[in-house]
Amino acid sequence: MLFNKMPSNDPLVIADKTFTSRLFTGTGKFNDQQTMVAALQVSQSELVTMALKRVDLQRKDDDILAPLIKQGMNLLPNTSGARNAREAIFAAQLAREALQTNWVKLEIHPDPKYLLPDPIETLKAAEALANDGFVVLPYVHADPVLCKHLEAAGCAAVMPLGAPIGSNKGLKTIDFLEIIIEQANIPVIVDAGIGSPSHAALAMEMGAAAVLVNTAMAVAGDPVAMSEAFAKAVQAGRQAYLAGLAGQVNHAVASSPLTAFLQVG
Amino acid sequence: MSFSEQIKNYQWDDVGLSIYSKNANDVHRALSKVRLDLEDFKALISPAAEPFLEQMAQKSQQLTQQRFGKTMQFYIPLYLSNMCSNICTYCGFSMHNAIRRTTLDMEQVEQECLAIKKMGFAHILLVTGESERKVGVEYFKQVLPIIKKYFAHISIEVQPLDQHEYEVLIDYGVDAVLVYQETYNPVTYAQHHLKGKKSDFNYRLDTHDRLGKAGIHKMGLGCLIGLEEWRSDCFYVAAHLNYLEKKYWQSHYTISFPRLRPCEGGMEIKSVMEDKQLVQLICAFRLFNPEVELSLSTRESEHFRDHVLPLGITSVSAGSSTQPGGYAETSLKALEQFEISDERSPAEMANMIKAKGYEAVWKGWDHSLTGK
Repeated sequence: MLFNKMPSNDPLVIADKTFTSRLFTGTGKFNDQQTMVAALQVSQSELVTMALKRVDLQRKDDDILAPLIKQGMNLLPNTSGARNAREAIFAAQLAREALQTNWVKLEIHPDPKYLLPDPIETLKAAEALANDGFVVLPYVHADPVLCKHLEAAGCAAVMPLGAPIGSNKGLKTIDFLEIIIEQANIPVIVDAGIGSPSHAALAMEMGAAAVLVNTAMAVAGDPVAMSEAFAKAVQAGRQAYLAGLAGQVNHAVASSPLTAFLQVG
Repeated sequence: MSFSEQIKNYQWDDVGLSIYSKNANDVHRALSKVRLDLEDFKALISPAAEPFLEQMAQKSQQLTQQRFGKTMQFYIPLYLSNMCSNICTYCGFSMHNAIRRTTLDMEQVEQECLAIKKMGFAHILLVTGESERKVGVEYFKQVLPIIKKYFAHISIEVQPLDQHEYEVLIDYGVDAVLVYQETYNPVTYAQHHLKGKKSDFNYRLDTHDRLGKAGIHKMGLGCLIGLEEWRSDCFYVAAHLNYLEKKYWQSHYTISFPRLRPCEGGMEIKSVMEDKQLVQLICAFRLFNPEVELSLSTRESEHFRDHVLPLGITSVSAGSSTQPGGYAETSLKALEQFEISDERSPAEMANMIKAKGYEAVWKGWDHSLTGK
């Protein structure tokens, strides 16, 4: 097979949507609506997640929702705040009705301190939501076996974490992310923990399909400039992945040749 | 989607061109990477990698020992029948060969099991020709309860079956199924598989998908090296393995490297693989996939096996007879499927392994683990 991996011909397809940008974003933690809108605009992101609990579904002029809809952004409602499968399924159904999208970022974290995802409840909810016609993108630990179970459950992608959400610590789970990416038949979106453009670039170089970044943009000194930096980093990382990274050099020590028998045999 | 769909992504001629266009830089890159992809595999089996054989061997040995330790799993084939309803140009069992045909009855199976058990084996590979009528699922339902009494791990190398048939055999204690595509080139395949169920290329190609769906614990794949240009064919094996590992991720996999050898009905071999090329291929598979079982049979010579086993192989047969009934009754003269090159006894093989600093593993599985 001859590969044609030019970035211009490298769309990311998830379920029924095709994305040019591989940087997904969030709406939390920005200090005002204008900054959020400007930052998301320069990020060139085409998919943005927002917590169902934070938007007022009744108000058309909701602070978060209204400008995103105006920008034509694809919305990815998330179930942040749900503590179990039952609550998450309910939130997803509510979001589908209110926002007219069957996409959902499945987040279930019973622990309010570190907001760590519950793998058991997430798998249960993912199965139920996928069966109900949702495009499910579950936020999970970087657990390769769990990710395979979620794939079998019908998820459209998996979103393993790089580090605790909001920690900006980077890809602490890198060894497991590599395994997940190697094994997956669905896109792997690295979510949570990405604190700097270099982290995002590293995830993309490893072969992640996309990254989701929120805190690192929203609380940067200049969120708009930082968003642009992330956009460039994601592009550079993807291009490097497609170009084929040169490996690190290992110096083999040929102390006792293993193949000498081929000459004499 | 099954592999017969997936294979459409790889055009035979493009694969060959791509392999032969690999250069030393591509090999360097593949050697320096931790996780290799199919493009790296192409580089490692390409002519450009030949000058790097020693480096490949060293890395392959290191990766193998890191994953498997200094151990070698032993198994033995038990030929149950040489009945076959296929005509294949290269095989001694082929229907048009006028050889004495036999299928072991239950008493003979028991005798074979006793003879093999005495040699120390706990892992057995059951082999038959491909005759749905004579050695189909009903036959296996009779012999498996006998064989299971003696052995901790049962592999079979028989005609491809349907998913529900595999489910039955798994229930009867089959742990592993080996099915070789022979060649992944459909045109060449048709030239060599002239008659019988085996002439259905896609049915054979999707066998591992059916096995995966049936929940088999281990499956084996490979091609018959020599039927086609070996580099391209072996690339397809790697692509097939990659596809299967991602899809049926709970299964184990094993790769074999049968090279065409002279046998009854002798034919000209299209692509002769030299010893150093087989070493290159074994090392390339190990570098590409540090976790997969790599197996080498007694088709290969004593000299070759002694040197190659430590380079990446993890499973070997020993003391093999390829004629049905050949263990209990050494005088039996039913014709064999192919000639054995390494005729050492299992004990001699184990001593050789030990002298090389490896431990022979006779039992590496237990039926209680699969609840069968």
